[in-house]
Amino acid sequence: MNIESRLAQIGSVSEPVTGAVSFPVYQSTAFRHPRLGESTGFDYARTKSPTRSVLEDAIADLESGDAGFACSSGMAALQTIFTLFSQGDHLIVSLDLYGGTYRLLEQIMSRFGVSASYVDTNDVEALEEAYRPNTKAILIETPTNPLMMVTDLKLVCGWAKSKQILSIVDNTLLTPYLQRPIELGADIVIHSASKYLGGHNDVLAGLIVTKGQELSEQMAFLHNSIGAVLGPQDSWLLMRGMKTLALRMERHEHNATTIARYLQWHPLVTDVYYPALESHPGHAIQNRQSSGNTGIFSFKVTDARLVEPILRHVKLIAFAESLGGVESLMTYPAVQTHADIPLEIREKVGVDDRLLRFSVGIEHVDDLITDLAQALEQAQAEVEGDNKA
Amino acid sequence: MSTDKKLGTKIIHFGGEIDKTTGASSVPIYQASTFHHFSLDNPPEFDYSRSGNPTRQALEDYIALLEGGARGFAFASGMAAISSAFFLLSSGDHVICTEDVYGGTYRLLTAILTRMNIETTFVDMTDPEKVKAALKPNTKAVFLETPSNPTLKITDVSVICAWAKENGLLTMLDNSFMTPYYQRPIEQGVDIVLHSATKFLSGHSDVLAGLAVVANDSLGRRMKQIQNGLGNVLGPQDSWLLMRGMKTLKVRMEGSEQNARRLAEWLDSHPAVGAVYYPGLPDHPGREIHEKQSSGYGAVVSFDVNGGERARKLLSEVKIPLVAVSLGAVESILSYPAMMSHAAMSREVRLERGITDGLVRYSVGLEDIDDIIADLDAALSHLQG
Repeated sequence: MNIESRLAQIGSVSEPVTGAVSFPVYQSTAFRHPRLGESTGFDYARTKSPTRSVLEDAIADLESGDAGFACSSGMAALQTIFTLFSQGDHLIVSLDLYGGTYRLLEQIMSRFGVSASYVDTNDVEALEEAYRPNTKAILIETPTNPLMMVTDLKLVCGWAKSKQILSIVDNTLLTPYLQRPIELGADIVIHSASKYLGGHNDVLAGLIVTKGQELSEQMAFLHNSIGAVLGPQDSWLLMRGMKTLALRMERHEHNATTIARYLQWHPLVTDVYYPALESHPGHAIQNRQSSGNTGIFSFKVTDARLVEPILRHVKLIAFAESLGGVESLMTYPAVQTHADIPLEIREKVGVDDRLLRFSVGIEHVDDLITDLAQALEQAQAEVEGDNKA
Repeated sequence: MSTDKKLGTKIIHFGGEIDKTTGASSVPIYQASTFHHFSLDNPPEFDYSRSGNPTRQALEDYIALLEGGARGFAFASGMAAISSAFFLLSSGDHVICTEDVYGGTYRLLTAILTRMNIETTFVDMTDPEKVKAALKPNTKAVFLETPSNPTLKITDVSVICAWAKENGLLTMLDNSFMTPYYQRPIEQGVDIVLHSATKFLSGHSDVLAGLAVVANDSLGRRMKQIQNGLGNVLGPQDSWLLMRGMKTLKVRMEGSEQNARRLAEWLDSHPAVGAVYYPGLPDHPGREIHEKQSSGYGAVVSFDVNGGERARKLLSEVKIPLVAVSLGAVESILSYPAMMSHAAMSREVRLERGITDGLVRYSVGLEDIDDIIADLDAALSHLQG
């Protein structure tokens, strides 16, 4: 069955008692055992819960994996995965990475003796250099956030396999609708489902998909033991969001591409980072391994002083953290999402004070461009006014 | 709500009972993951729900008030709360833990944290000398559970905490069985109070949740970093449901305790029953210490029916209690630790800790006690022979 059909029918044929087309929210923590030593398959909600299970089976199927796990946030999913590792283990991680991942590694996992090297994951030479005998996994974001660097998944997952290390791919920005890393050789896929999968900026959630029986069993053990699981109401809301994923992603991509092309030629913009643009260095790889592009891109303005007035003057576009919702949001990575990453790493990848990240929603693209145009114009007038004064 | 009010009043008037904007009599459910910044220079109080959510915040303030702590934290489950507390530690650290700790905590310590090189010594905490003897140069924390699960052993909280303080150790206590209505460990010197709020705090077997309360602001900042860093937070719907449950904490605790006392006394004189574990029984060895640190005995009664076969038979014969894991609900729940909550423990370790094959744990609900006793009496009558 095509992915659009599988998305639309998540949970719709799973409820055998009443035939409810929307799977019920099982707000229950305990489950009666029919007899001692017998189980309905559900014992305690932390271990397994009916509503969460439907979601977990759905994401495993969509990502072509063997098992799915729903967590209370994207970071909780990452924490659960990181708990696979032990004191003395080493990880290779995308240089341009989410601030929360960096914080988890450097402020928490480091205390448990798990270390990380940050490299451009598309550079196999750099990977070879970063590899150590105690390296256990590579964590890839593609495209990265916010600079949209693309990693060749087939190539790099193949490299990881040759080193017998796990490849973990953060698929938050593309979702299984556009990219399925397990089909390209990844062992684990992770999502901040708060983003496109949820799609409405109303659910905080994380998802994990594993390939292989042993890894799936290990993950199930950790998921249950650490207990950072997703509640039933949020599981239900997330599935509700996922039913419209295909439609939303198509509109997100259309709007983002149109606006990226508009900004590319805007006099106040120096750079636009978006793999859908032919000028993007990862354009060809992106087209090969994904069936489309995400709805976020980043751009740099000519002068850092433009940033504050732009964020103040946008009307339709909200100034907020997060991304992937139906409504457009703009973020200032240097002070918001990436504030915890040291200046040195930020500058190395290019997250500077002129960079803005735009999560393009599904509003009409003309309205978004009009809003952006007037905000840029007013910001320019203010900065010029300051110059004269 | 001023802090001089009695707990029964604070439970109802906790500060979040009226919405400041609309006057609504219940905290709104903020099903939002992110928040608009009205200006770059004045960031909003809440910017991203993992870092802070208004509904969750109301719950966190609520539990901090009830426990008399500096700051509260809400997590996706009791184990998420407990693992977060342990994530304050680092590789090379050593923990002293009560030996009959919840099976999930035991599993976390022995199967996961060992790989991070965090070592644990399990001791019988009814004897403070054994706790002191377990001290090593790298000991960083003491984990208490009193009454313990499932054999309801009592640890003298203020004695252990005073000793821990002298030695610069962090103290953590799982207060799920007593709740702040009966026991407020921070007043006895504990640094971090932990809850499986799935149990008595929520009380309806419908919310999976964990809570932590820390005694001071510096621990509060560290715990906040862990909670935000790990992201194992409680969702807004579950936060709201938990608060709804907590509003009836007083009446539920009193009602189920009254039932539990009657049940424990009745079981104690029943010929088919061996040992009965309940701190409210006159011959419970920890009763005096328990009465010093708690204002009630709780609603969990464990008892030994002498053998695994007889326990299995009992579980198949009872009609009123849910045969399930978990506890602390309006409905009675009967569980079998050897195969359920403590299945993660090897049989050898389990038996050493008094969790015999015949031990069952009765979480007494709010049904009429006469019905509970009649049901159990009928089930026990099938065990003869």
